[in-house]
Amino acid sequence: MASSSTTADALAPGHTSASDNYLTHDKGVLSWIFTLDHKRIGLMYLMAVMVSFGLGGFFALGVRTELWTPGPTVMGPDTYNQFFTLHGAVMVFLVIIPGIPAALGNFALPIQLGAKDVAFPRLNLFSFHLWVLGALFLVLSMAISAADTGWTFYTPYSTTTNTAVIPATFGAFILGFSSIFTGLNFIVTIHKLRPPGMTFFRMPLFLWAIYSTAVIQVLATPVLGITLLMLIVERAFGIGIFDPALGGDPVLFQHFFWFYSHPAVYIMIVPAFGVISEIIPVFSRKRIFGYSFIALSSVAIAILGFLVWGHHMFTSGQSTLAGTIFSAITFLIAIPTAIKTFNWLGTMYGGRIHLDTPMLYALAFLWVFTIGGVTGIFLAVMSVDVHLHDTYFVVAHFHYVMMGGAITAFFGGLHYWWPKMTGRMYDETVGKLGAALVFIGLNVTFFPQFILGTRGMPRRYYNYLPEFQDLHQLSTVGAFVLGTGFLITAVSLLRTFGKKADAPVNPWGSATLEWQVSSPPPYYNFHTTPKVEAGPYDFQDLVYDDKIRGYVAKKPA
Amino acid sequence: MNQLFLNLIAAGLQPAVPPFPERDSFWMPRAVSTSAGHVDWLYYFIYWTSAAVTVAVVAAMVYFVVKFRAKSRSANEQPTATSDHNTTLEITWSVLPMFFMVAFFYFGFKGYLELRTPPQGAQEVHVQGQKWSWSFTHKNGCQDNVLHVPVNKPVRLIISSVDVLHSVWIPNFRVKMDAVPGRYTDLWFEATEPGEFPLECTEYCGTSHSDMLSKVVVQSQSEYDSYLDECTKVDITAEGGQKVYEKKGCATCHTVDGSPKVGPSFKGLWGSERSFASGSPVTADENYIKESILEPQAKIVTGFPPSMPTYKGQVSDDEITALIEYLKTLK
Repeated sequence: MASSSTTADALAPGHTSASDNYLTHDKGVLSWIFTLDHKRIGLMYLMAVMVSFGLGGFFALGVRTELWTPGPTVMGPDTYNQFFTLHGAVMVFLVIIPGIPAALGNFALPIQLGAKDVAFPRLNLFSFHLWVLGALFLVLSMAISAADTGWTFYTPYSTTTNTAVIPATFGAFILGFSSIFTGLNFIVTIHKLRPPGMTFFRMPLFLWAIYSTAVIQVLATPVLGITLLMLIVERAFGIGIFDPALGGDPVLFQHFFWFYSHPAVYIMIVPAFGVISEIIPVFSRKRIFGYSFIALSSVAIAILGFLVWGHHMFTSGQSTLAGTIFSAITFLIAIPTAIKTFNWLGTMYGGRIHLDTPMLYALAFLWVFTIGGVTGIFLAVMSVDVHLHDTYFVVAHFHYVMMGGAITAFFGGLHYWWPKMTGRMYDETVGKLGAALVFIGLNVTFFPQFILGTRGMPRRYYNYLPEFQDLHQLSTVGAFVLGTGFLITAVSLLRTFGKKADAPVNPWGSATLEWQVSSPPPYYNFHTTPKVEAGPYDFQDLVYDDKIRGYVAKKPA
Repeated sequence: MNQLFLNLIAAGLQPAVPPFPERDSFWMPRAVSTSAGHVDWLYYFIYWTSAAVTVAVVAAMVYFVVKFRAKSRSANEQPTATSDHNTTLEITWSVLPMFFMVAFFYFGFKGYLELRTPPQGAQEVHVQGQKWSWSFTHKNGCQDNVLHVPVNKPVRLIISSVDVLHSVWIPNFRVKMDAVPGRYTDLWFEATEPGEFPLECTEYCGTSHSDMLSKVVVQSQSEYDSYLDECTKVDITAEGGQKVYEKKGCATCHTVDGSPKVGPSFKGLWGSERSFASGSPVTADENYIKESILEPQAKIVTGFPPSMPTYKGQVSDDEITALIEYLKTLK
């Protein structure tokens, strides 16, 4: 067990009655909007991310419905172009990037460290307010005339189209600052607020993942900021940076954009690795296999992720030499990623596996992320990428990684921490049904897209050749299954607010510190800073107690 | 849909390396260029390696879930294995994939060099992309919106764009290259059999991106030579004008059946009174048509976006005259 100063006794220090916790400590709307409590900020991020996810999902279903037939189905080509742009921008900037770090991370990180809050609570609140402001700009741009550039904002299309590109990019610019401040806060918190006894190699792997992510956020996001600012300047004042008609270079924009956006892929997926590294040992009742390989592979991915941006540009006119170097480094990233997968399997070997909803999401992640990972190899191989670049194969690949990887892990983590965040258990049957529908839906949606891509279907197409219709229809059916899975999950989770707090302190038998405070946690998390004497995955001293439907510390013999 | 499921089943029975399949395979369209064989071979090499890894991971996962499934939480069972690391095993599964990665990289690099290096003496064709049509210009000045090439001869496309990014993709040849405004890019191929194959735009370029569709017509050298001769002649007749309408890509935005697309339909255009976003109305006569082609932003017809690029330098006076004759017949 990770701490000795607190025990699982319900009345021990650090445990408060259900009537006084962070949810009830202060009352009124303002006590939420201006709270400095990391748990409340995390919960507000969570709700905002879920609303955005609904919005992004609406645009996705719009796109899939339109593709039911070639030619017009329910909307015109310009609306369709706006739909896929908004789907991408909302899902990337408002859902996946903040999803795990800002929502789940904000809630779990300080408690996993035995701390009362993050290092800079005011900066944390400022990040959230910036996020809301940035999100409003994105939404505002939809009200004026939604951008139709794709989420990549490639020039010179983005500097010449007459849609509201400036508000949209300015929104992304502000969201970038929110992301930088959150990353900075987490780095300092992990360095300065670890409790006595918690060395770096005794940290939960979730913290290693969030730490690696934060480093990328702080170093890469400023490049996106300045790039989008240059785009705005070019559009507003006609200063030639990217548009060749003004003496600029459109390929330069692609370099700048991917210098951020490739590392951003790891901002999206590395936190997912962290969540999976928490869930699999807890639900296998066994210490994680290869802790240091998993921890250090997150760092390796964070560093190598900065050096591969040119693999998005093998057909852009980039030089052969540059392409070769980018391709070679890309293969290096495959190794740490493969290591993690093998280690998760190694953790399950010989364990005692419980198939609750979080574990179902983790298993779905393993399966789907493996497909997402190996299909990345096709795209890293230069000669094969020439055929596959900008086709549905790429669309399928990154949805397997982002949707099948990041979002699946996010929902796994959401179910894992939900009892701790809200103090309420969700309906396990509905949770499992949701996970099953999500798994089936995402495979039916995205697997046909691999075939579409190799056979000759380019991405971002409103109209298509009739021979592709069967596969498009299959994909659309899958999208609605996927949507149904998420909808019943959301309804089931929200319904728990209607019932009394019933979650035990430690429902899954986890050994990290957040499972030693009451559910939901008290306002200050811990009355006294816990002392850590063992690793985060030592479960042997925890026993299940039928009466409280949760785990308690084994009574000393 | 039934055909699809048959195909899905057939995919499992696919041979690993089909050098030049007779027809489209489950994964790939028919390979019709000299470099396609390499790309397909490498594709299937990665495909079967990946399939083996995925099956192994999923099989291990399912096996572990079945074998090590806990009975209940109350039983408080302890794990049967307690080891939390095994350096030999971990180094093995870190180093082993490395060999495959090096092989994939090497073959991909070799193939890419081949794709990027046109043979000496390849025949050159200039390709220009613009919203939303392609124009192909041959050595003798012949300009068309369909790409004609001779069979079994290396052809180098020199690609440019007049407005935004576009990208030339010929799936059957496994070649692709972006069209970048302000610079030239290139690609080359050698078609191995006569026929017609789609050529698509794969870099998003706006409203009619998905209609920026053309084709490659691969024909024998003698057919190609007579095509070149024929291509440069313009008859100043309605029929000649119709050819111009088809070849210059007018059809992407302007229909001849009265339905509006990105721009107004050509049907009933001739002699009608046109009203504009600004300025006074004008009757559509020879000078109005000519101005609309060369200075399309001068007068914007009410209800349409100002999206047409200029065709200055891309259509000859004869071609405009022929086009006007054609418009006169579209009542």
